[in-house]
Amino acid sequence: MKTFDIPTFECETGNYHTFCPISCVAWLYQKIEDSFFLVVGTKTRGYFLQNAPGVMIFAEPRYAMAELEEGDISAQLNDQKELERICLRVKRDRNPSVIIWIGTCTTEIIKMDLEGIAPKLEKQIGIPIVVARANGLDYAFTQGEDTVLAAMTHRCPEFNHHIMNQPKWDVTKLGVVEVSSNNKFFDETIKLNRCNLVLFGSLPSSVASQLNLELKRQSISVSGWLPSQKYNELPALGEGVYVCGVNPFLSRTATALMRRRKCQLIGAPFPIGPDGTRAWIEKICSVFNIKPNGLEEREDQIWKNLIDYLQITSGKSVFFMGDNLLEISLARFFIRCGMVVYEIGIPYMDRRYQAAELLLLQQTCKKMQKPMPRIVEKPDNYSQVQRMHELQPDLAITGMAHANPLEARNIDTKWSVEFTFAQIHGSVNARDVLELVTRPLRRRTDSVSDCRSLSRQTLNVQRS
Amino acid sequence: MKLAYWMYAGPAHIGTLRVASSFRNVHAIMHAPLGDDYFNVMRSMSERERDFTPVTASVVDRHVLARGSQEKVINNISRKDEEQHPDLIVLTPTCTSSILQEDLQNFVDRASLSSESDVILADVNYYRVNELQAADRTLEQIIRFYLDKAYKESTLDRSVTKTPSANIIGIFTLGFHNQHDCRELKRLLGELGIMVNQVIPEGGYLKRLKDLPKAWFNVVPYREVGLMAATFLEKDYGMPYISTTPMGISNTADFIVQIGKLVNVWAYALLEKRFNYKLYVDNQTKFVSQAAWFSKSIDCQNLAGKEAAIFGDTTHAALITKILVKEMGIRVSCSGTYCKHDAERFNEQVQGLCGEIVVTEDHTEIGDTIARIEPSAIFGTQMERHIGKRIDIPCGVISSPVHIQNFPLGYRPFLGYEGTNQIADLIYNSFNLGMEDHSPDVFGGHDTKGISTKALSTELSDINWTSEAESEPKKIPGFVRGKIRKNTELFAKQNNIPEITVDATYVAKEKSSL
Repeated sequence: MKTFDIPTFECETGNYHTFCPISCVAWLYQKIEDSFFLVVGTKTRGYFLQNAPGVMIFAEPRYAMAELEEGDISAQLNDQKELERICLRVKRDRNPSVIIWIGTCTTEIIKMDLEGIAPKLEKQIGIPIVVARANGLDYAFTQGEDTVLAAMTHRCPEFNHHIMNQPKWDVTKLGVVEVSSNNKFFDETIKLNRCNLVLFGSLPSSVASQLNLELKRQSISVSGWLPSQKYNELPALGEGVYVCGVNPFLSRTATALMRRRKCQLIGAPFPIGPDGTRAWIEKICSVFNIKPNGLEEREDQIWKNLIDYLQITSGKSVFFMGDNLLEISLARFFIRCGMVVYEIGIPYMDRRYQAAELLLLQQTCKKMQKPMPRIVEKPDNYSQVQRMHELQPDLAITGMAHANPLEARNIDTKWSVEFTFAQIHGSVNARDVLELVTRPLRRRTDSVSDCRSLSRQTLNVQRS
Repeated sequence: MKLAYWMYAGPAHIGTLRVASSFRNVHAIMHAPLGDDYFNVMRSMSERERDFTPVTASVVDRHVLARGSQEKVINNISRKDEEQHPDLIVLTPTCTSSILQEDLQNFVDRASLSSESDVILADVNYYRVNELQAADRTLEQIIRFYLDKAYKESTLDRSVTKTPSANIIGIFTLGFHNQHDCRELKRLLGELGIMVNQVIPEGGYLKRLKDLPKAWFNVVPYREVGLMAATFLEKDYGMPYISTTPMGISNTADFIVQIGKLVNVWAYALLEKRFNYKLYVDNQTKFVSQAAWFSKSIDCQNLAGKEAAIFGDTTHAALITKILVKEMGIRVSCSGTYCKHDAERFNEQVQGLCGEIVVTEDHTEIGDTIARIEPSAIFGTQMERHIGKRIDIPCGVISSPVHIQNFPLGYRPFLGYEGTNQIADLIYNSFNLGMEDHSPDVFGGHDTKGISTKALSTELSDINWTSEAESEPKKIPGFVRGKIRKNTELFAKQNNIPEITVDATYVAKEKSSL
């Protein structure tokens, strides 16, 4: 394995397996409590939603398909009338505060003017309609959330200096929890700075309040999150508002926030792992001219708590096949945990939005004296499997399509999608990430290790 | 446009892929955008498949939209040809390609000039057919392709086997208990002295397809997939087929009688003897299958007159209806199918057996029907299982669409004599068991209600939770909540924290090493 000082990027054929970006509705509808997601597309997409997010469909979800039929494709039916009929029914049955239309490949190809129809229908039925084009022609998996959040930035209220300058601006609404003074961990009196910081990225509410708390320890109050728990609680945006992303796949949202809403973007590594979380907080502090307080000790403490997992990870090798764009941050964290990363496959690499993360990756490799992994954009799964047969990594992080076949070929795997659904942000959740990663490594039993390979197929791969 | 939350049958290309990936050494290339290859996930997860699913995508992206696929599809075909040397590459259109209206046939023609594999374009119209119809059609298409090819190359051997033999058509991947059914069918045929010539498509080799006509007859166990292929073989090769599904005692007997008739036509001429299966059927019904005895037994008496609702694909829904009514004396208030294309046949089969017939693809309609008639048990798909959960009615799953639970590791056929045992178990276990049914009503239930913790011994905790902190564990999924609560309290005790605040819960989580 060659050692690279600077990251090198390769680009392959793009023939890889990932989820369709419309899968973002599966977690976004849960995050935004009063929303309804309407996926405008064909049966193919509906069947995907039904099968991939699994059992959730049975819980009467707040999402549905507007299934296109032959008459819609050949324009025998009027798109606007059809959508009106469906949205009125959704309004009657569920009465949501916002309907989010998810455009798919099909609406792209037949050039259905969702953005044009939405304002008209919005007026007619009296419910805001947000249009996001989360299609497989342009995007992969988690980028679906990016398109939805980018569309939502336009719906955020305008930031107003006067309101912000009033004292005690609805602290309760910010989700900031008052610190009880009798707690020995937080007995110092904290003065919260008024620094108009909006974080973007959809996280479970408990993780969001953990990150709020981390920042509050540095006297930084978070003035809002995009998305918020409720549609009508979207944060105010405008000149003078600083924004910072919590997930690596939100580059379009970042662009929209900067260009359309004139916000200041704080380019930081992402708060995944204790190292990432510390770097993230430090960067935010530096923007607000705050000297970070006790961060180093805190990080050390967290690492100390992880010692049992670190013994397992140390020296193990990992191969990321790449499907959800969290790969760079996770690889950086794993290298810091003493692992060797052979390859980081990634669907799409925004080098500007991820710049700070890439730099941290580079520094981490140097610090841990590990080789810089190769970063493969738009990977080719077939070639990756060939490379994996040569490298024989201890762990492959991959989609479900490849997991069982790789296990049968004696390569331990971790299902990558779990990282998108598990709580992985902030120092608090570092254990959870390592719990996920080490699970296949801990599971190794002696009983079956005698059978070298449990695959039935005699593959050419093994011969070559 | 149609508002849809759930669908019973998938899109057409899934059917094509199921057939293609069931054959050995066949590779399917989908003409589809990124993310549409979730078939691989379904197969790898549900079937716990050990091998890479032989399906790849020729990705449709912006460039393809602007300029057409051009050489891309052909390159992908020849690449697969070189990499994996499949016998056949099936180019699979999706909804996207049917809108783009690219000339995929042209790509196929060009690619087949240079590749060693055979290349065909799956002939399915996305907007006209569903998963099952597409599977049926693709299976026929592949068989026809190889028989025509053999005919042209004159390698077709039109003689029949010396001893009685049959092909089993329609066993394939992601089918409801198909693997077990196939094993049971093979055993049944074996006991009747009939050799299994080929099983198609599961595990079938394309090179051997030309020997299909050697069998004396074809068996099509499921109506949904295989009938087209069987009718083609009948028309062009004079092979008779049996489309009776050997599910339940009377249908299995009927199935064997039909086999007897077909076999004796040839047996008399070739072997100069006659097969008589009457004794076999008698023995099996009396001793191997417990179902006939079960329906006479006192257990089954309890079921008499109870009501059930049934929903599924044509084959399973119709036959389970028949079994419940004719073999167990249960009243079927409603029987339905989502196979709209086969509605006529379904009506014919369940006519007179059930209260009402529902043919619909809308799960809310069937849900409403079930809620209205309130049966004692439901037999349906995974969807009906969830409907049942909501309104507290037990449900046995008898048909696809399926879930990983419906791919049991143990032997669970629905067909043949062992199948009758399995079905009897399923039905009996779905209804509340005899005495259990009465006791709760009479004695007011045998469980003490209102137990607050799951632990058997209760320990009162003397630690206060602030109301905010109290709400914190509620954000955590239920199954780990208790543990986290316990850890937090333990942590508070160790650190002398009198009251648990939100902050303390996080600190506790950080410090806890569980």
